[in-house]
Amino acid sequence: MAKRDKPLVRPLSPYWQYVNVQTLHTMGFSILHRFTGLALSVGSIVLVYWLAAAASGPERYVEVQGQLSALWLQVLLLGWLFSFCYHFLNGIRHLVWDTGRGFDLSVSRTSGYAVFVAALVATAALAYVLCSRFGGGV
Amino acid sequence: MNLRSPLRDVLGLGTAKEGAKHWWWQRVTAIGLALLGVWFVASLICLGSLEYAAITSWIGSPFTTTFLSIFIVTLALHSQLGVQVVIEDYVHGALKTASIVLSNFCHIIVATLGVVSVLRIAFGSAA
Repeated sequence: MAKRDKPLVRPLSPYWQYVNVQTLHTMGFSILHRFTGLALSVGSIVLVYWLAAAASGPERYVEVQGQLSALWLQVLLLGWLFSFCYHFLNGIRHLVWDTGRGFDLSVSRTSGYAVFVAALVATAALAYVLCSRFGGGV
Repeated sequence: MNLRSPLRDVLGLGTAKEGAKHWWWQRVTAIGLALLGVWFVASLICLGSLEYAAITSWIGSPFTTTFLSIFIVTLALHSQLGVQVVIEDYVHGALKTASIVLSNFCHIIVATLGVVSVLRIAFGSAA
């Protein structure tokens, strides 16, 4: 196997010399996609924890439902709800990109804002529906 | 003067020839999760109750048992692929390999615990 004499210095992404206020926004949307994805990975542990409680019998289930109704966990659940909405909608944006469409700067910028606003609206709507259906405890 | 071709610099440093598989499965599981995620949230809203009896009888119906199991496995797969990319971007050296292995173990535990719980409820062996 060939060995290089000295390490090759390649430019690193992101290309900071092209960053301006507009790219900061689309960059933020991109970082948020990754962040919400990680949040949902952690959230999947809570989902499985809750399922395991249901599989462990009624007493354990009531106990875990009590744990999940703690205020700080309710705030986290709202965060996971937003993460779900954002990652879902921005994921569709990514799938559209995969077909080669929507890459123009203006289009990707607009779709970024649209996804972000839609995620906020969907979170509020879902939170309202879930709260009214389940009486506060999500 | 250097007469050696630039090929020398990339020999042995190319792809592992499985990058497309990672990319492809991330997309396939994404589409699966988009459908199953909507189904999961919509089902919970339609169920309208988080009482033990309501939840277990919902999970215990064959349709829900099947799709909830698939949902959990797809979720774990998609999560594993995503977390692996994040680790590869920010962790380097031996710690990178260790982190990916640890992440894989965690995802296997989450997927197994989830599916076992669903099946246990479905087969009525819950305590």
